[in-house]
Amino acid sequence: MLVQQLINGFALGCTYSLLALGYTLIFGVLKILNIAHGDVFMVGAVIAANLILFARANFLFALIGSMIGTMIVGILVERLTIRPLKSEGRPLLPLPPLITTLGAVWVLEELVIKIVGAQVQPFPSLYQEMNFNFGPFAVSLSQLIIIGVSFFLMFCLHLVVAKTKWGKGMRAVAENAKTACLLGINVNGTILITFAVASALAGAAGLLVGLSYRAFSPFMGVEIGLKGFAVILFGGMGNIWGAMVGGLILGMVEILSVGYLASSFRDAFAFGLMILILLLKPAGLFGSR
Amino acid sequence: MISPYLESILIFAGINIILALGNFFPFSAGLPSLGQAGFMAVGAYISGVLTLKFSFPFFLSLLAGGGAALFVGILVGLPVLRVRGIYIVLVTWAFGEAIRVILLNIEYVGGSGGMGGIYPSTTLPLVYLIALIVAIFSMRLRNSRLGRAFQALEADQDAAESMGIDLTKTKMTAFSFGAFVCGIGGALYAHYALYVEPSNFSFSLSSEILFFSIIGGGGVFVGPIVGAIIFTFLPEVFRFLKDWRVIFFGIVLIGMMILRPQGIISRDFYNRCSNFLRSFLLRKGLIEQVDDH
Repeated sequence: MLVQQLINGFALGCTYSLLALGYTLIFGVLKILNIAHGDVFMVGAVIAANLILFARANFLFALIGSMIGTMIVGILVERLTIRPLKSEGRPLLPLPPLITTLGAVWVLEELVIKIVGAQVQPFPSLYQEMNFNFGPFAVSLSQLIIIGVSFFLMFCLHLVVAKTKWGKGMRAVAENAKTACLLGINVNGTILITFAVASALAGAAGLLVGLSYRAFSPFMGVEIGLKGFAVILFGGMGNIWGAMVGGLILGMVEILSVGYLASSFRDAFAFGLMILILLLKPAGLFGSR
Repeated sequence: MISPYLESILIFAGINIILALGNFFPFSAGLPSLGQAGFMAVGAYISGVLTLKFSFPFFLSLLAGGGAALFVGILVGLPVLRVRGIYIVLVTWAFGEAIRVILLNIEYVGGSGGMGGIYPSTTLPLVYLIALIVAIFSMRLRNSRLGRAFQALEADQDAAESMGIDLTKTKMTAFSFGAFVCGIGGALYAHYALYVEPSNFSFSLSSEILFFSIIGGGGVFVGPIVGAIIFTFLPEVFRFLKDWRVIFFGIVLIGMMILRPQGIISRDFYNRCSNFLRSFLLRKGLIEQVDDH
């Protein structure tokens, strides 16, 4: 029973990790929180659902379509709400981007409501669900897909950040944007790439969460977005490994709380965890500060 | 007599003014909160339960609702004291959502079904009387020792501390007093809407309350009041915006932050207006010169 719960939690946690990685990438490079990231993720789920419903897309097509879609939305968010704030050579304070991206949340949420409606809708199924039994516990096909795709994307992200020139640029800007600029790194370009990568991960997470919850709604961005915050607080802001591990832990804690406590308190755990970690270790579990 | 339609808009404007000021106290001390709807929920539910199930007099339940929110504000203030900058926004946000989830799970107040049948005790004069009291308090606070401590905190926390400002006490005062005012706002809301449910007090309400300070101006107490009035009346004036209201306000929020981050009523603007008014009244002999320390 416990092992089964942990497997379920692990699969859920993978999607949280993907989402949290986006937050942490953006925070690491820009030192700001992009509240609209949760809604970028929601847009990903909506695009994936509509591709499957109306374009009869298969899994790969839906995944790539939602990733490209959210990439565009993410770049628009950066261009329209964050770039203008720092045009005049003033340093980017943390609060103004928080508020402009909050404005982006209102716009994105309402636009999606206008297009697909405000109700919770069933996520179209892509394949016949089946279970693989390993002795006493079972893993469903969805869970295998979620875990597989998440780990593949995380591995790709690791390669991008650690091995490519873009990744080097990201790390340099994260360290010190001014010095990076002096060294000839295109800071604005790097920020744009960071947003594109982070948003693409959110798009993939949108599809995967849709598959595992079997539902989507325009309000899932804010609900699940806050969990992404809890994860990066837990793992340390801007810490990529912290976001991965934090997401997995939150997923397992949530499923365990559903299994052993009341299911309706499930969402309270993310918030409780967030407040607790801020009280005990504000730099996060893996934070160095 | 005014029409019921106008009355309801005026009452909501008044409640929004109270909420805006309740957000302004922590905001002006550099503690931007995205959880004020949570305090409002505490005030609304406590006062509603007291009048509905314990037949408390309305005024007492207002104070009790505010008091309960104050108490919760002190509890939330503890983690808020420990963090800085954007972390404050995150703690308050998490708290606001936590309150909502907790209310969803309390069957005594109806759970997700909400609590109905609250008595219609909130009246137009009462709302504006309370709004006026809070506004006058904010005005008097401005140049008081505490108000200046708030401004110092907002400008630079470290410098303020080295000037001898007690950070813990000042932040706690700002935060818990803001919670108290929002709690009263929530109690008034409950006794006007007559029906409350947890989803009334969602993240979007908290962000709307923050919106009042951003749009109107967070530097001086007039700003949030103007923001609340604009937010309430604009959709009524531009009926054609009705469906696009939220998108419109989202764009206004982004544009405002980029083009005029200090809001409509900036501190400079307020000072110039009040200086002008004072010299005008002095010339007319309506007030006498007083020494401003």
